[in-house]
Amino acid sequence: MTTLPNRNIQPAIQSLGRIDFPQPEISQLSNGIKVYQFNSGTQDVISIEMMFAAGSWFQKKPFTAMATNLMLREGTRNFSAQKLSETLDYFGAHFENTTERDNAYITLYSLNKHLDNTLPLLSEIVKNPVFPEGEYDVIAGKQRQMLEVNRQKVNFLARTQFNSILFGNDHPYGIYLEPGDIGKVNTEDLVDFHKAQYHSGNCSIILAGLIKPGMIKDLEAHFGGNDWSGISNKPIQYLPSGSDQKNHFHMKEGAMQSAIRIGGMMFSRSHPDFAGMKVLNAILGGYFGSRLMNNLREDKGYTYGIGSSVVPLRNGGYFVVSGEVGAGVTREALSEIRFELTRLCTEQVGESELSLVRSYLTGEMLRAVDGPFAQADLYRELIEDGLNISHFEELIDTVNHINAQQLQDLAIKYLKPEDLFTLVVGPEEI
Amino acid sequence: MTEFDRFTLDNGLRVIVHSDTSTPIVAMNIIYNVGSRDEHPDRTGFAHLFEHLMFGGSVNIPRYDEPLERVGGENNAFTNNDFTNYYLTVPGHNLETAFWLESDRMLNLAFSAKSFDVQRNVVVEEFRQNYLNQPYGDAWLLLRPLAYKVHPYQWAPIGIDPSHIENASMEEVRDFYERFYNPCNAIMVIAGNVKTDEIRALSEKWFGVIDKGGLNNRNLPVEPEQTEARSLTVHREVPYDAIYKAWHMCSRADSGFFATDLISDILSAGQSGRLNQQLVKNLRLFSDISAFISGDIEAGLFVITGKLMKGVSMPEAEAALQLEIDKIRGNIIAENELQKVKNRVEAMMAFSEMRVLDKAMNLAYYELLGDANQVNDLVQRYASVTTNEILVEANKIFKPENCSTLYYFAKD
Repeated sequence: MTTLPNRNIQPAIQSLGRIDFPQPEISQLSNGIKVYQFNSGTQDVISIEMMFAAGSWFQKKPFTAMATNLMLREGTRNFSAQKLSETLDYFGAHFENTTERDNAYITLYSLNKHLDNTLPLLSEIVKNPVFPEGEYDVIAGKQRQMLEVNRQKVNFLARTQFNSILFGNDHPYGIYLEPGDIGKVNTEDLVDFHKAQYHSGNCSIILAGLIKPGMIKDLEAHFGGNDWSGISNKPIQYLPSGSDQKNHFHMKEGAMQSAIRIGGMMFSRSHPDFAGMKVLNAILGGYFGSRLMNNLREDKGYTYGIGSSVVPLRNGGYFVVSGEVGAGVTREALSEIRFELTRLCTEQVGESELSLVRSYLTGEMLRAVDGPFAQADLYRELIEDGLNISHFEELIDTVNHINAQQLQDLAIKYLKPEDLFTLVVGPEEI
Repeated sequence: MTEFDRFTLDNGLRVIVHSDTSTPIVAMNIIYNVGSRDEHPDRTGFAHLFEHLMFGGSVNIPRYDEPLERVGGENNAFTNNDFTNYYLTVPGHNLETAFWLESDRMLNLAFSAKSFDVQRNVVVEEFRQNYLNQPYGDAWLLLRPLAYKVHPYQWAPIGIDPSHIENASMEEVRDFYERFYNPCNAIMVIAGNVKTDEIRALSEKWFGVIDKGGLNNRNLPVEPEQTEARSLTVHREVPYDAIYKAWHMCSRADSGFFATDLISDILSAGQSGRLNQQLVKNLRLFSDISAFISGDIEAGLFVITGKLMKGVSMPEAEAALQLEIDKIRGNIIAENELQKVKNRVEAMMAFSEMRVLDKAMNLAYYELLGDANQVNDLVQRYASVTTNEILVEANKIFKPENCSTLYYFAKD
């Protein structure tokens, strides 16, 4: 029989040690497309992600970037939409379409054994889409209805409108889609956008999973030629023109909860304060044990969840506190959020809390490199910003060494409540 | 093939160990065999409220989350109609902290009166956030009591009404703990770069002394066969009309389960599913429509739900949907179409086990069903379904009198 364990003290904590950030193997196709490979895992599957400079930043009319990406799979020179989806589903594969502000992605997930049948479909939809009118009517109608449903949600309204408050509604990071915008985009716009953005000069490929030998040769055959070249366009520059008012309210009658946003402009990943802000943000609202969660959820029960994040974009970035709180406690919740922001500016964080956050963030990073798909997700952000893996090594270094004074300095520089914007979407003006 | 070792402690705790040396992360997943089906009809939402309280402090440890975060770990939990599932991941060399934390809250809880008050509020906010303050968010809360008249699946894990949570007492919560949170009522899975001997020793050390407690021997009322179609009509502040149809289906252990699951895939898996092709793309009656099974262990529901395109009338949409149902009841499916959904299942299985946590959850779930090794038979079980079985099961399910329909209209 084993001796009884001492339950009053935590078992000895082992240092998490060094994180081995996986280095992708990088190849280049004849036309210059870079291919990043994360070859690992236990399942005989692969994801092939094609990343294009085709986010909403590049569109002239709202909805164009998203619609183009969604329509890639809705009919090509050689296949109808139905034939494409029948074939893809038959081989158990699926596409994922994502349009973000800077980039757009199309990802094929496939069993390796069916790749000979599924990879040609990826090539077909990326290079030869024809944007049929009829299919576009269906997609546009569907997106319009989805948007109308989302606009009933306080959280959705707060998210979209807060960006507009920060960046202005003429800026690609600030603009939000209105149902009326959808009808203003036609299939010719999509053809033009595809031609301008979806070409080999705008493309990178990330492979993750168990990568079979000869994979690069197959990619070369499908994507390495000059048959789909184009010129990487110089991105248009926009200047943010945020609101000149700090406090905003949007009425949502009958809502049982208010959605809250408090935040301000920040910067891209390569800014010298980025890593420090990641740590400061974690303390405030970046994990379950954060101050916002402790105060507004675990101490007061105002909310099911509240948090904050630092969001880096290619050309800028922002910081935001976000959550939904009981409509009747909106005022109290705002005041507690501001109290926590102020506390970061006026008091230095204690050693125990700081060491907790260091461990949490290190563990988070360890999970973020767990498995090929996670590695690809993590690395994608670096490719977008033209950074390499040393960025994460520096981030971890900051996590381990930043001190309380430096954190307080960052709070004073970026998180003074009076400098930040506030938006409430709810049933009652505060 | 997911290989694993399995042993049972003297107090009845079942332990499963899966070794995966490809990752520095270890996952621990614990299922307690208690869900919202075990609740009293006047105290619904209790199993889920209880899941929140499990983080409010145990007999020797005042806070659950902080020590785990201190070793780089992360955790969460969920409650469904059938069971409550707690899971965490932790860097492997700090695995013992997970044993310390999980065994202490199996040993005894010690949440404070304050934690109790606060978590009741948090759960009420969760109720609002996910159900009441969302467009169409109450549809499931309406559909369940329409379909079930006696079985406790008639309420959702979040409960019938927030007042049940608001009225819960500390004493009731303690009773709940004593009844259900016992080693013999739990299954623990550890997956990662671990050895069975080491896990056995840790399990004995931390969990071995906990009293066995009582088994959850359920005696739930059996839902009588539905003999008449039912419907409910509501009007809500939503932008579009929607329809929800639910038919009673077999239990998870029934031999017809796999065919039933494939029927839902034939109707709506991927873009090529029948409902999407015909009702969204060709006829343009719905903006989206999907078919799925509720995933319950006991006899559950086969559900089809869709939102109508603006301007389409409910009778027109419902009639077109009925035609698709008649088609799958009346005609044998082509081999090729069946093969398509089988291939999809095979791929989904591979993609659903990318991380050790996924594998740990799956093993625990199938052990709860009766045998963790079912994980390794699944693809084969689906592959052996015949076109005839599809026809037979479709005819069992889609009888008009077996259907409950919720008409969810937009207020004008």
